[in-house]
Amino acid sequence: MRITIEGGRVVDPVAGREHAADVHVADGRIAAIGAKPAGFAAKRTLDARGLVVAPGLVDLAARLREPGFEHKATLESELEAACAGGVTSLACPPDTDPPLDEPGLVEMLTWRAHARHRVRVHPVGALTRKLEGAEITEMAELAQAGCVAFSQADRPIADTQVLMRAMQYAATFGYRVWLRPQDAWLGRGGVAHDAEVATRLGLAGVPVLAETVALATLIALARVTGVALHVCRLSSAEGVELVRAAKAAGVALTADVALHHVHLCDVDIGWFDPLARFEPPLRGTRDRDALRRGLADGTIDAIASDHAPVDDDAKQLPFAEAEPGATALELLLPLTLKWADEARVPLPRALATITSRAGDILGRANAGRIDVGVPADLCVFDPRAAWRVERAALRSQGRNTPFLGLEVQGRVRATLVDGEIVFEQ
Amino acid sequence: MTGLARNPQLDANGGLRHLLTLEGLPAAVITRILDTAVPFAAIGEREVKKVPLLRGKAVFNLFFENSTRTRTTFEIAAKRLSADVINLNIGASSTSKGETVLDTIDNLTAMDADIFVVRHSESGAPHLIAAHLNATGRSHVHVVNAGDGRHQHPTQGLLDLFTIRHYKKDFRDLSVAIVGDVLHSRVARSLVSGLATLGTPDIRVVAPRTLVPTRVEATGVRVFNEMHKGVAGCDVVVMLRLQNERMKGALLPSTGEYFKEYGLTPEKLVLAKPDAIVMHPGPMNRGVEIDSAVADGERSVILPQVTFGIAVRMAVMSIIAGNPGPRE
Repeated sequence: MRITIEGGRVVDPVAGREHAADVHVADGRIAAIGAKPAGFAAKRTLDARGLVVAPGLVDLAARLREPGFEHKATLESELEAACAGGVTSLACPPDTDPPLDEPGLVEMLTWRAHARHRVRVHPVGALTRKLEGAEITEMAELAQAGCVAFSQADRPIADTQVLMRAMQYAATFGYRVWLRPQDAWLGRGGVAHDAEVATRLGLAGVPVLAETVALATLIALARVTGVALHVCRLSSAEGVELVRAAKAAGVALTADVALHHVHLCDVDIGWFDPLARFEPPLRGTRDRDALRRGLADGTIDAIASDHAPVDDDAKQLPFAEAEPGATALELLLPLTLKWADEARVPLPRALATITSRAGDILGRANAGRIDVGVPADLCVFDPRAAWRVERAALRSQGRNTPFLGLEVQGRVRATLVDGEIVFEQ
Repeated sequence: MTGLARNPQLDANGGLRHLLTLEGLPAAVITRILDTAVPFAAIGEREVKKVPLLRGKAVFNLFFENSTRTRTTFEIAAKRLSADVINLNIGASSTSKGETVLDTIDNLTAMDADIFVVRHSESGAPHLIAAHLNATGRSHVHVVNAGDGRHQHPTQGLLDLFTIRHYKKDFRDLSVAIVGDVLHSRVARSLVSGLATLGTPDIRVVAPRTLVPTRVEATGVRVFNEMHKGVAGCDVVVMLRLQNERMKGALLPSTGEYFKEYGLTPEKLVLAKPDAIVMHPGPMNRGVEIDSAVADGERSVILPQVTFGIAVRMAVMSIIAGNPGPRE
């Protein structure tokens, strides 16, 4: 279908600029930005006056809960949430049941996702079988089945020899390895940042060392193996500093931070609020500030929603027993805008953290781009529209988020994938 | 943002609705509980040890974790207040049957419970229950925390405060040393909160570094790693129970070495003030954290603590149920 998105402000995160222009879509691609091509007749015109026309968002971590956890969420519910959140490409971690460690599972997932919606679902394969950290998976087969990278989700590899070999093997084929720095022992049993709040509340702590010791190991191994390392879910000031130093030393690595860690810290646990239970745990205000600075100066490349729909039964439990995670796909845009507003980061640069730079990490050349000729994956949003985060306002089956009750700005008006309108309101 | 963003134990007027933690509990509320407990302590010495303050009320002792002493003293306290007492030892069994804590609470509330006395192995479980009751319009049902994980054991803290006040009168010139496994101790957390609120100038925790919680100084205590320095010149020495399972990990090498370094012996007690009292929340491990000569010695107030515990629990239950004092 030929579509013209008329009168909007086009934000190009790669060029770092925004300008008023019409966007013309034909045959699934962006046909022109600005003047209408000769002979172009739009079948549909979207009025984008007062709206931003940006690349579709790219989310580096969205759990769709299939296969294995359909009682928490389904592809149906979560892909609808993605569309409503302006997310057009997403990577799903391998922590399903069974984990994504076999090509057949990956093919099934991508096929089911493709059949249902137009959101591009990019599975991240398991780096080791069953995520057990003992034997490496058939990475080449998994890559052919559609895996964009290999990861352990939230299960660290304790055996550093296995870790090194997994990196060597991945580097052989140029595959990316996405790992969360997490020492297998230092944070064992911990549920909260090891500092005043955890001490006061009598919660077992996860020290910052659990991140930095593991991160130092990952960086050393990445340097030697030459693997393309992506560091997931940085949580501490010291972690940001290690990534900054590694980048300065020329190590090929990228990093992301979870959406929640950009805004919250351990005091938000209040009196044991299970909605504030995350892995890695929310850390101190100093850490949160360092994460924000890291994002602003580019040390941290991307914000991941770290979307994890959790059912009420798994949340309404004593803090340590509550399942970590929160629904986030529909909050990725407004909470990124909130950070940009508070940190005074220009819109194109802020959006780059959830579009083009995330697309680079995904290894998909067109993801998060708004250029003539690329597939028309677009997010059209009203940057000033305010709405309140409420359970009823969310399409995700997981209604649990610590941001319930918060008034946010930024509402998606239309989402396009491959030039088709997949969401409109 | 949610029900647990605020401490749910006080009502809109600052009255005590639930007793969940001593942290943040105003000094006036603590003092009122201690004052209320004084006449209750006298009831224990009477021929007829009952008062009708909780007549017709149902107190559910809800123990998700085993306990003998605390459950028994709560039971005695509730019975002396003429309440109907129902003991439920749930342990781990209900979790394996698939019933959640809040399902259990909903069912028992439907049986017209008035007070839940809750012991749970996870920190924050009583907060979860109280927030759930408050959020579902059942704030007339009260929760008393009888120990949650490593977090708090507020009635133990209150009985410790009652004991200290009984023997030492004023908190404002005291040195109190809390010795042992502070990391895992809900007793220590409650006592530190209460002592700090009542203006105790010198609160010390004494333990090897493996048993000191991170940034514990922020709660208003001084940390000592050496026993002889930690108890020097103290008015009160509180010994904490050392669980046997602490020997399994890398926290401590052996009970023998622990006793040598941190066990309270007559030789170490000499370093405290001559009139220092010795306390222990029980149950004691003789020869592990405390020498029998001290536990049974004239400075020990360990058994009076148990007796005072009944009076303090009576005071707590009568205050939250809205009938604060025994009628003479």
